[in-house]
This record gives sequence, C-alpha cells and structure tokens, in this order.
Amino acid sequence: MLRILVDPVACDAYGYCAELLPEAITLDEWGYPIVDGKPLPAELVDAAKRAARDCPRRAITLRQRKGGH
Amino acid sequence: MPATGRYRLLGHPTDLAGHVATLGPVPLPSRGDRVWREAFVSMLEASGLAGRGGAGFPAAIKLAVAHAAGRGGTILVNAMEGEPASDKDKLLLLRSPHLVLDGAQLLAAASDAHRVTVCVPEGREHVAAAVTKAMAERTAAGCAPVPETLVRPPDRFVAGEESALVRWVDAGASLPSFRPDKGTALRIGRRGALVHNAETLAHVAMIARTGPDAFRGHGLVEDPGTSLVTISGAVEHPGVVEADRGTPLLELANRATPTGPPQALLVGGYGGAWVDPAHFTTPYASLSLRAIGATAGVGIVIVLGQDACGLMESARIAHYMAGQSVGQCGPCVYGLPAIADDLTRLARGQADHGLMARLERRLTEVDGRGACRHPDGAVNLVRSALGAFAADAGRHLHGAPCPHWNRPSQLRFPHPARAA
Repeated sequence: MLRILVDPVACDAYGYCAELLPEAITLDEWGYPIVDGKPLPAELVDAAKRAARDCPRRAITLRQRKGGH
Repeated sequence: MPATGRYRLLGHPTDLAGHVATLGPVPLPSRGDRVWREAFVSMLEASGLAGRGGAGFPAAIKLAVAHAAGRGGTILVNAMEGEPASDKDKLLLLRSPHLVLDGAQLLAAASDAHRVTVCVPEGREHVAAAVTKAMAERTAAGCAPVPETLVRPPDRFVAGEESALVRWVDAGASLPSFRPDKGTALRIGRRGALVHNAETLAHVAMIARTGPDAFRGHGLVEDPGTSLVTISGAVEHPGVVEADRGTPLLELANRATPTGPPQALLVGGYGGAWVDPAHFTTPYASLSLRAIGATAGVGIVIVLGQDACGLMESARIAHYMAGQSVGQCGPCVYGLPAIADDLTRLARGQADHGLMARLERRLTEVDGRGACRHPDGAVNLVRSALGAFAADAGRHLHGAPCPHWNRPSQLRFPHPARAA
C-alpha cells in the first residue's frame, strides 16, 4: 500500500497537490496540504504520482508502507 | 558491582579529586576488554533508565542504534535546555560536571565513539566556564580516554532538538530535519552521532558505579530511579529538586513551598500540559502522566497561584512558542500565532462567535504537521489549558474577561521572540 508523505520543510504552499488529488489532499487555511493519512486506493495512484512529480518544491513522496493495512 | 548506599545525582563534590574520592573512578574498560560492552549494555538495560531529555527513550536502545552506526562517532552531550523554566542541566554541569562527562565517556567506550562534544548554548558563560574547567582537570589527570570538547550553539528553544543539534555541529545550521523514519541513526559527516541529555549521562555514570539495583531502589518498577525537576511559579523556594519517579505531583510541588493552594500545575514545560487539582495526586511517571494527557518533558513543574489567569498565561506561552519557531514549516509559522491570538481574545473576553470552533480546528490541523515536535508541544499545552481552565473559558466566552488577565506573568520567558 502506498502512502503520501509531505515534507513540511520543503513545502511552500503552492497547492497544486490538492488540485491534482483532492480525494486525499486538502489545504489548511494558509494553503498548506493536509494529507488524510489513509492508504492510497489503487485508482488514485496515478494521480498521486502526478502530484508528487508536479510539486515545484518536490515536497511530496509516495512511500511503500510495509505490511500495509 | 556493589551498591554505594542511597542513589543520588546531586550533592557530590564538584572538583575532580573530590568526585573520584567520593564516587570512585569511572569503570571504563581496560584495553582489549571484549566482554565489557556487553556487560555495560545489559546493566543499562537492567536499570530501566529512560532518557531524561523529554522523549523518554530507553537509554540501552539508543546506544544500540548508535553502535550499529559504526566506529568513530560522536557522543553529543545535550545541555541546551531550551525550556525557559528548566535549570537542571545547568545545575548539573555547574555542580557535577564530572558525572556528566563520565557518562559520556562510558557511552563513547560502549559505542566506539571517538569524541565527546558538550553543547552549552551561547550566553551561558558560567556553565561553559565550569565545563571548560572540568575538561582541563580531566585532561591533566588522564581521565578522558576520548577527547572532550565544548561547543556553543545558538540559544533558542528548538536548538536542543536532537536533529537540529546534530545538524548545527555538522553544518552550522540550527534547524530540525524532516525525519519520517525517526529510528534511523543521526550522522555528523559519515559518522554516527549519539545525542543524550546531560542528566541521562549523569545517571549512566552513577549506575555504572552503583549497579542497576541502587537506581531501581528509587521510583517505580516500570519507571525507576530519580529525576531532576525544576519547580517554579508561585512558590517561595524555586529551584531544582531530585525526586523519585512516581512522586505525586502535589508532593513534588510542595518541596518548593507554594505560596498558597495551587490553582493548577504546569507539568513538562511549555510543550507540556496543565494539570488541574483533581489530578494533583497523579504520580510523576511517564505512563501516569500520559494517561492524563501530560508528559514529564525535561523535568518541569510550574505552580500557578490562585491570583493568575491560566488562559492568559497559556496565551503568553503560545505567543512565546510561536516566536520560537525556526520558520521552516507553514503550519508552525502561521498556525501557532493564530492559535495564540485566539487564546488571547478568549482570555480577554473578546471572543467572537466562531472562536472556539476555529481554535479547535486549528489545534487539530497544526498537530503533527511540523518537521519537529515544536508545534505539537504548543498544541498540547493549549488543549490542556482549555481543559484545566474550562470553567474560566466558559465565562470569558460570554464576554467576561478574566479579572487577572493583565496581572504580571508568574512564568519565565527569557528568550526574546524571533524577529519575523
């Protein structure tokens, strides 16, 4: 199972991730992403990869969660 | 190893000759001793010593991680003590510097580290002078098998966070790192770094001499030993006490003679939690404190007198914590000042209709979203204030400001806020 990880130091609140992946990422009142923390459903993996690739700050990574649940 | 009577960290001679005469030489391994490390690690394990720097990490596990990082590393002695209401590490280095340095040498021997680096922040010249003097005594007497040096990181709240400390020593930047895998070893260059709080090291040096049973003769089975606790606030005799783990909170506070019945106790420092009178008998021990949403933190109890506004004091803490953000993570940079403003409005009886819902949402959203736990500590403190002072909050919400809101603070705030 994949999980979305945001590096809060790198993140500069561009907000593209929430546009590309609204199902899993919302923005707080200052524009920083809040990830719901749940394992990523298979149908969202492509959108998540795009969100990671398109982040101008490279703040998003997808992590394999061992023993995923 | 024989027990040498009652276990105590404080009250031993300060100079090297007196230190060795009273406690005996530090039991370091002789050259080529292969069984020493194993015996030392099992002894630490048997003692049940947990770190006294806030996280409460078992000392033996941390040592094993550093050993796995390989030879030639650094033992970093963390005496940064960024919590404004903590004095225990300053006191230890002033009164018992050799105990702390002995502990660092023992861990260096056990993890094959090649240097000991003591971190005392800029500005604390009397502490730095005591450490320098102690190091010179040890070098002259041949009591420092690996070299000991003193470094002076900047004096601010977050500078003692272990990844920030290692990064400052490694690269000159006092900034926490984003570490999703907290179990991985920290590094300086390509070598491992083991960060230990000064008090933890003093315990290591004592336990190595007395054996684990003397340590376990104090405190609880699941949380043994003694702890240094700085008591301040509305008390007649503020200062550091050495107390058995498990001592009830009020009994602990009473050792500093409160000026009256406490309204509440702030346990664990500015990233800790307010405890109301219903929980004053809670044992000062990790599990019991966790059960009431508190933590021992670095060993702080602050007594709040009846003539203070707990919400206003909490707002001051929240503003202070906001000012001590190093500015790396958005939720901390924007969230903490917003939370502090909400709390100030509440204490002044100036709450707007949506304030409580907004504050709750901000607390939930900011929690856990920084690279380090600085914002989490501030969130925990504010949450505990809303619980401990719930009756006051209810009155203020209906427009009645606290009668004590503009009284001088009973808390300590030494660091100036960081310029925006």
